[in-house]
Amino acid sequence: MNFDLTDERQMLQDGLRRYLNDAYSANARAAIEDAETGFSAEIWNGLAEMGVIGALFREEDGGFAGEGFDLALVFEELGRIGAVDPLIDTAVLGGGLIAELGSGAQKEMIEAVISGAAHLAFAHGEPTSRFDLSRVETAAKKTANGYMINGRKAVVVNAPSAETLIVSARTSGKASDADGISLFIVPTNADGVTLRSYSVVGGGLAAEVILNDVTADLLGNEGTAHDAISQVTARATLAICAEALGLMESIKMLTNEYLKTRKQFGVPIGKFQALQHRLADVLIEIEQARSAVINLAGHIDATPEVRDLHVSATKNLIGDAARLVVEEGIQMHGGIGMTMEYELGHLAKRLTMIDHRFGDTTFHLERFIELAVG
Amino acid sequence: MDLNYTDAEIAFRDEVRAFLKANLPERLVDRSKHGQSLTKADFEEWHAILNAQGWLASNWPKEFGGTAWNAIERHIFEDEMTKANAPRVVPFGLSMLAPVLQNFGSKEQQDYYLPRILNGDDWWCQGYSEPGAGSDLAAVRTSAVRDGDHYIVNGQKTWTTLGQYANKIFCLVRTSKEGKPQQGISFLLIDMDTPGIEVRPIILIDGTPEVNEVFFDNVRVPIENLVGEENKGWTYAKFLLTHERTNIAGVGFANAGLENLKRIARLEQSGGQPLIKNPHFAARIARVEIELMAMSTTNLRVVSQAAAGQAPGAESSMLKIKGTVIRQEINALTRSAAGTYAMPFASEALEEGSNAEPVGPAYAAPATAQYLNNRKLSIFGGSNEIQRTIITKAILEL
Ligand SMILES: Cc1cc2nc3c(=O)[nH]c(=O)nc-3n(C[C@H](O)[C@H](O)[C@H](O)COP(=O)(O)OP(=O)(O)OC[C@H]3O[C@@H](n4cnc5c(N)ncnc54)[C@H](O)[C@@H]3O)c2cc1C
Repeated sequence: MNFDLTDERQMLQDGLRRYLNDAYSANARAAIEDAETGFSAEIWNGLAEMGVIGALFREEDGGFAGEGFDLALVFEELGRIGAVDPLIDTAVLGGGLIAELGSGAQKEMIEAVISGAAHLAFAHGEPTSRFDLSRVETAAKKTANGYMINGRKAVVVNAPSAETLIVSARTSGKASDADGISLFIVPTNADGVTLRSYSVVGGGLAAEVILNDVTADLLGNEGTAHDAISQVTARATLAICAEALGLMESIKMLTNEYLKTRKQFGVPIGKFQALQHRLADVLIEIEQARSAVINLAGHIDATPEVRDLHVSATKNLIGDAARLVVEEGIQMHGGIGMTMEYELGHLAKRLTMIDHRFGDTTFHLERFIELAVG
Repeated sequence: MDLNYTDAEIAFRDEVRAFLKANLPERLVDRSKHGQSLTKADFEEWHAILNAQGWLASNWPKEFGGTAWNAIERHIFEDEMTKANAPRVVPFGLSMLAPVLQNFGSKEQQDYYLPRILNGDDWWCQGYSEPGAGSDLAAVRTSAVRDGDHYIVNGQKTWTTLGQYANKIFCLVRTSKEGKPQQGISFLLIDMDTPGIEVRPIILIDGTPEVNEVFFDNVRVPIENLVGEENKGWTYAKFLLTHERTNIAGVGFANAGLENLKRIARLEQSGGQPLIKNPHFAARIARVEIELMAMSTTNLRVVSQAAAGQAPGAESSMLKIKGTVIRQEINALTRSAAGTYAMPFASEALEEGSNAEPVGPAYAAPATAQYLNNRKLSIFGGSNEIQRTIITKAILEL
């Protein structure tokens, strides 16, 4: 049993933390959130140069790490600083699907992702699919020169900044079948692709993607994409849970600091036992969250059943812990915790939104019952 | 023990219902339903409609133009208003300042200000909190120093709700540094147009400019704007706080929120069926509804005690805590129910009178903003921690 980081990972963590602290002052983030892309090209390139994107890919795919603990480490650091960069979308989801299913030529795109040149988005969810990965109504038909896709994809994070979309569509079967789902590589500027773009609470951009007779190339084999989708979604869930952990740590630190400095009734409010005990509860739940992330990171390459059991356990626990940390963090700050300007606001919003991606607490509770209890 | 309204109370409820049906503008109902914020003009329009009926001042005695309703009638009125999605009555002038003036103001102040509140000539805001005086309100430092027939006011108020609409502010100011902090506070009425006042918006986490900072730089306020006696302001402020406890439980808001939540859970699809069919989600809705049913009765118990002339004590604090926790849970469940479409930042669609089409279903658009915004419920009006202290003080007697 050893819970220490390897030397390589320790170096990556130290370097990344230093880089993000410098690059990511709160002001820089405000500027990023105004930008057209939802992230800063400078920071993105900086992350690529440091090898942070490469650390999310396995060696055989052109990266140099890519294990569960590498993902956990990188995303916890991004969470700590409240980063809004869409690494999950470009690297873990988009890059991950290409690594998993791509042909030799398609895999060349991974190099561009790792170098920071390519930006991707995974257009999978639909207006009524909620968190169900098999529910795909967007349809693709085989034509003489490839496939033709029609449908609508919902809340596609990073689509406005991505030059390439990985789109799921049904080539056979019913709306809820796991079989019959295929993936396609679609340039965002292809004929028939329309984006309705908007910003997302907590930072970043997303779009509704409308596909109208779009011609596209297949990624992987026809009709069998479900397993790869589950696999990269599991990795993305690990990433977002680790990000949540980082966000929680930062909210705890801010709150801890505030309890020591804010004075009411002539004393720092941290002197009030009512608040001390609540901070203690926050701390306990964050340690639980840390262990849950470690559990998931350690099982991300296990069989799908074991892996998904851990995905659901971790995402469920993170969802509840995140809500506690957000709500207690704001409450213990009083009015100041409600403001846009104060750092806590951004962290709290980003953390809150994590329960709305890759399945919420209820969804994962139900799946955990299926996999482990029922 | 009888859980039903009397015949007279039922008749009163029907009268309120009929009035709302005939007079509540559909446009305002739509805005509340879609979670859009209301404009100053919207509030003023609704106040004028209620005033024409003689129902605006539901908590005032007859002699000042109020309805003279008892606590149960007031409860019925508020309940029907929220059920109908009517705009809330803006409390600052009507239920915060007015009772203070009626009890401690001079005849001149009553004659001048009270009709102006009813007629919508003045929009008041509440200048209590300061950067250094939140829960510890007695720590206010904004100073008022006598200079002939004026006070010179210097300092800063903060968290001033809708101060951007207000032409008047009632303030707690420091007129003496002698004795206990509570003993040097006065209650002062200030015209927002006076030179030296600056209002700066504070943007809340949901993106709305709901509150403000108000700065006072050598602001000259006529001494006749002092309410009651100098250095007795704390007594009036506390009076205001205990009398601002009608509807503290927010049962009507909770009921409306619960209805909305169930509606969303019926519309939202999850795994090919309505979300409300999901037993785990349904269980969470059920839990909060069970809490709300009991709290409604706690509320009525307190209301009928009040109708019988008993001043509520720790009960108000219990209702504040339970009421806000229930409403916040409903907000959290509503956000969850919205699923993926809770993510778009829908500030535009939530602006007053916006026609912007929401990204996803209309019901999802305000869910996150309302969840975030209503974190305030357990912070303002005496935080839930302060309320707990009040409750234990009343029973522990240590
Ligand atoms: C949206 C909004 C609107 C508002 N509108 C108005 C308005 O119109 N006019 C106005 O005057 N004010 C207004 N307020 C201010 C509100 O009344 C204060 O925020 C409130 O009194 C808490 O003060 P604070 O924010 O300074 O927090 P603090 O008093 O600094 O409290 C911070 C934390 O410490 C806790 N705490 C403090 N003292 C104790 C104690 N003794 N024991 C245990 N815990 C304690 C609090 O509960 C809280 O969790 C508004 C606030 C908000 C958020």
